[in-house]
Formats: sequence, structure tokens, C-alpha cells
Amino acid sequence: MSKMWKKYLLWFAQEHVEFRVSEIESLLSLLRIHMKYQEKPRDLQPYWVVEFSSEDDAKLLASRSVSLRTCLELWGHEPSLEKLHNTLHAKAEMLASYFPPNKSFKIEVETFCRHFTLQEKVEKIETFSYLPLQGEVNLKSPDIRLYYIEYYGTKALEPPELPYDVFFGRWVADGLRQLSKKLSLKTRKFIGNTSMDPQLSLLMANQAQIHDGDIVLDPFVGSGSLLVAAAQFGAYVFGSDIDYLMLHGRTKPSRIRQKKRENDESICANMQQYNLGHKYLDVLVNDFAMVFWKDSLEFDAVITDPPYGIREATERIGTEKEDCVVSDEHLATHVPAKIEYGIPSIYRDLLVFSAKHLRIGGRLVCWFPVFREDYTERCLPQHPCLKLVANSEQPLSKVTSRRLLTYEKIRQPSQSELEIRDISIQDFREKYFVLREETRKERRLREAAVRKENWEKYKENKK
Amino acid sequence: MKLLTHNMLTSKCIRGVNVGYPLSINASDVRVADVDFNPDFISRMIPKIDWPVLYNAVERLGHVEDLPKETPVNYESNEDFLKKAHHALLEVEIIHGELVCPESGRKFPINNGIPNMLLNEDEI
Ligand SMILES: C[S@@+](CC[C@H](N)C(=O)[O-])C[C@H]1O[C@@H](n2cnc3c(N)ncnc32)[C@H](O)[C@@H]1O
Repeated sequence: MSKMWKKYLLWFAQEHVEFRVSEIESLLSLLRIHMKYQEKPRDLQPYWVVEFSSEDDAKLLASRSVSLRTCLELWGHEPSLEKLHNTLHAKAEMLASYFPPNKSFKIEVETFCRHFTLQEKVEKIETFSYLPLQGEVNLKSPDIRLYYIEYYGTKALEPPELPYDVFFGRWVADGLRQLSKKLSLKTRKFIGNTSMDPQLSLLMANQAQIHDGDIVLDPFVGSGSLLVAAAQFGAYVFGSDIDYLMLHGRTKPSRIRQKKRENDESICANMQQYNLGHKYLDVLVNDFAMVFWKDSLEFDAVITDPPYGIREATERIGTEKEDCVVSDEHLATHVPAKIEYGIPSIYRDLLVFSAKHLRIGGRLVCWFPVFREDYTERCLPQHPCLKLVANSEQPLSKVTSRRLLTYEKIRQPSQSELEIRDISIQDFREKYFVLREETRKERRLREAAVRKENWEKYKENKK
Repeated sequence: MKLLTHNMLTSKCIRGVNVGYPLSINASDVRVADVDFNPDFISRMIPKIDWPVLYNAVERLGHVEDLPKETPVNYESNEDFLKKAHHALLEVEIIHGELVCPESGRKFPINNGIPNMLLNEDEI
């Protein structure tokens, strides 16, 4: 039987626009959905007209997408309302089958980039009175939701008099925007200063093509916000972080109004908050430069936001002193000395680790900071066993941005590929702190002092 | 810390340690949690698990119950076995105790279920 391809309208949120194309592509390949583009998506345009061979495909895609707001079965798409009415008139007979007398309905009007009063919207709806709608109107929970959308471009300050495009269709599914609300950091039990918002965390999990029953690691786990997203999509999660107090929920509270952290703040408690406790495996206090995972362990995905040394120090354990020995009497209370863990080393370790520990086809998804003026794709971290499959920019300021990188492991590494020492990337911070008053060293020492102080307080309290 | 995790850790990154596996366990507080059973996940994990290491670890913690010493053939369809494996891998948890490197004797404390694998600067 030949499949019936139908037209659908994908209407996107205008937030994190840069990630849209790669999110949808990752999902189509993860969910094995065939989707045809009617026209190549343009950058800022919030809608795509596409085709699916079944409504289930459209629903499946929406059930995992964070960028998508709404998906409609598209009945009309025209440059003017008049033409749209002609099109719908011609289809009225065919559409009648959608509207048996026992089905209630509602027509919604959305205008993109131009505001209309309720009264104006009602007038627009009334122009559709010729539609063969037989059931009752139900504004609260209609059986059928119809949408009329007017698109006035993306320049909110100077919209045109008449819309560029108008659409009419039947609502099929919404994307995951509700989920982002449910996972909001505002109501999450345990957060840190660098917790990632749920929207971006879910996007990362989609880039990683997280799949039910996967094993996922975040080696710079912090408060575990990326693990929440991965677990939400069915992954079992591991994390590690060098910061003992962070993993034990004993750093200074990150909420302005909160004086003291609660006793039971932890990544595990966050998982329980969202009924994902059964997806939590473990977190370790661990320096990523010193890996304790056995060689044969394979992860399905590594998702992480490594430290850039802007909001937090980047350090690893080590010393510049030669023949340093920590004497036994100091061992129990010794806080290990740390040396700088530069951005090139962090990303070298991360890529080599992923080349080694991902399964073939598994993905590494991570952020990478860049200076916008210096950026070329060649300055991104590379490894011969990892293929860069997506790369989107999120501007942070006029001069800096971070890029969300997605790599896929394409083959097993050779011994020498596991011993790669240098990957030639620029240390973002060298320049960042040249542009600032404070030097890197000052910053690192200052933060180390704060941490030491926290640690001392913690020990005091424990006594 | 779960025994699945224990099965995946080695201390061979310590200077002078060759294999570092398995880490021995001293536990002062062990709890049994109730974790949803996912047979697909467990059968996927079995080939990745060093079974004798898991067996010895549960035995050491006094929770061996009737876990078999070896994995049976066709374990994928053996729900009874998968449930026992699930229990050993995900439900038995070390809350307080320590992991010990089998070669150097280096101890790694476990507090509130979280192992501290930080080394000192003279050990790397
Ligand atoms: C940008 S934050 C990640 C935040 C995390 N996504 C969250 O949800 O809170 C980077 C983390 O890397 C950790 N880190 C810094 N140096 C490290 C190292 N050498 N090994 C492991 N973790 C390290 C920091 O303690 C910090 O928690």
C-alpha cells in the first residue's frame, strides 16, 4: 500500500533558535521518522511546512522536541486570508468528515509578531463560518482544536499591515514546553551556581539521542542538571565532579533567599523529586584527569558542560613541586593541592575519554567557549574517532559565545589515538582574562581560597 | 554506592598500580533500596559485568541470598535470574564504608553513598 503523505505545520518556539535544526535532525534519526521538507527551513522563520506519512510520526516527533511548540495538520497555507478562504471552501466537503456532530471544537487565532485585541480575533474567527462544523463550541476542552495563524515576519517593532503568510490547520500535538516548566530550576530541590536550565538540558539530551535504557555519564556533573534531562528520556545516569562539597550538597546556597542548604540536597534527591530515582546510578567525587572507570565500560552518551574557568575554577589535582609526599599524619585532613586544568587539556581528556568509552555510534554532547571573532570550525576540538555531527552557537556576549558540539563515535581508537597529548585549540581564558582586569591566576587563587574556607567551615560543623 | 558501580571501578590510575581491580569493600552501613525492575536493561548489563566480582561483593556485604555463582545460559529470558541480578546490581547500596585499592592499600571513603575517589598530589 502506498503511504499517504500529508502536510503538517511545525510551529517553533522563538527561544534557542540556533539549536532547532540540529535538534529535529537528531530526533528524526533517533526515532527513525521520515519527514519531507516542503522548503528548506530559513533561519529565524518560526514555522516549517513538512510532510509525514502518518500522524503518529508527527506525534512522536513532538513528544520529544523541546524546540517545537505546536504541530498542525495543515489544511491551508496562503499569502492572504482571501486565498486561504478560497482554498478551504474548495476543501469543505472533504473536511466535513473531521467534524461529526458529536465532536466539540474550538478555533484559536495566533498572530505572530503583531498584537490584536480579543474582539479583532473573534472577528477573524467569524470569517470561517462557512466551515462545515456541526458539533458544539467548547472553549475549555474541545475534541478538535483548529488554528488560524497569521505570520507578520520576525521584526516585532515594524510589522507590516497585512500578514506575509496565513495558515489554517488542525492541532495534532504540542512539543515539550510543559516539561521544561515542570523541571524548572526555580522549584528544583538542589541547584548550583552553574545549573543548566531545563530547556537547554533537554536539548542536549536530544542531541545525544538518549534512548530508553541507555547509560549516560556527565563527568563534570555539578548539581546534575544534565542528568535530570537524560533520565527524563529514559537513561540510567552516572556523574562525577571534583567538588566534594557540591556532590554532598554542602556548598553555599545558590538561591538568594536561602540562608542554609537543606540537609538532604543532592543529585539523587533531584531525581527522586521527578520520580526518576530508579534511573540514578551513582555519582563519584573524582578528578576527570584521573579516571577510575574500568577500560571495558561503555557509555551510550557523554553529556557535559565542562568548566571554562569563567564562573568556576578549572583545576585538577597535582603539584608543581617535585617529590612531593603527603605525610601520614596529614593524610586524613589533607586537601589535595591543585594545578590549573587548562581548556586544551580538559577537551583533550574529554575527547580521548569519549573515543575510548563511548560505544560506536554513541554521542558526546558538550559546550565549548569561543571568541566570536576568532571562531572557525577548525579551532574546535577534534579526534580521529569522533565525527562532529552538529555545532550550534549560543551567543553569551558581544564578543564571546559558547557552541553546543555533538560528536558521534565512528570507530574504535588505536593505542596511539588514546595517547594523543595535544589537540591544538586555543585557551579561551587566556584571552578572556587579558580582556579583563583580573588575571587568571588571581581568579583561581581567590576561588581556591573561598573553597578552602567553605571546607574549613564544613569540617567545623561536622565536629 | 551500588554494586554495579563497584563493578566498573579500578584504581589503576594511581602511580605504581597495575590492575587495581576489583577494589575491596569495607562497609559499615549497607541499605537495600527498592528500584524499579527493568529486565531489558539488566540483560544488556550482564555481558558488561564481571560476574565473580559482583558475586564476591554481594557475599561480602552479606546479601548474597540465592544469587547464582555463574550467569546461566539464556539469561535474557530467565526473569527469575534477572530479578536477582537486578537486586544485586542496583538495590544493595553502600552508604558508609570504604573502597580499598587491592595493590597499594589506598582507601577511598564512601560517605552518604558517594565514594570519594580523589587522589592526593603525590599519588599521580
Ligand atoms: C559548568 S559546571 C557544570 C554544571 C552542571 N552542568 C550542573 O548542572 O550544575 C563545571 C563543573 O566541573 C567541575 N570540575 C572542575 N574541574 C574538574 C575536574 N578536574 N574534574 C571533575 N570536575 C571538575 C566543577 O566542580 C563544576 O561543578
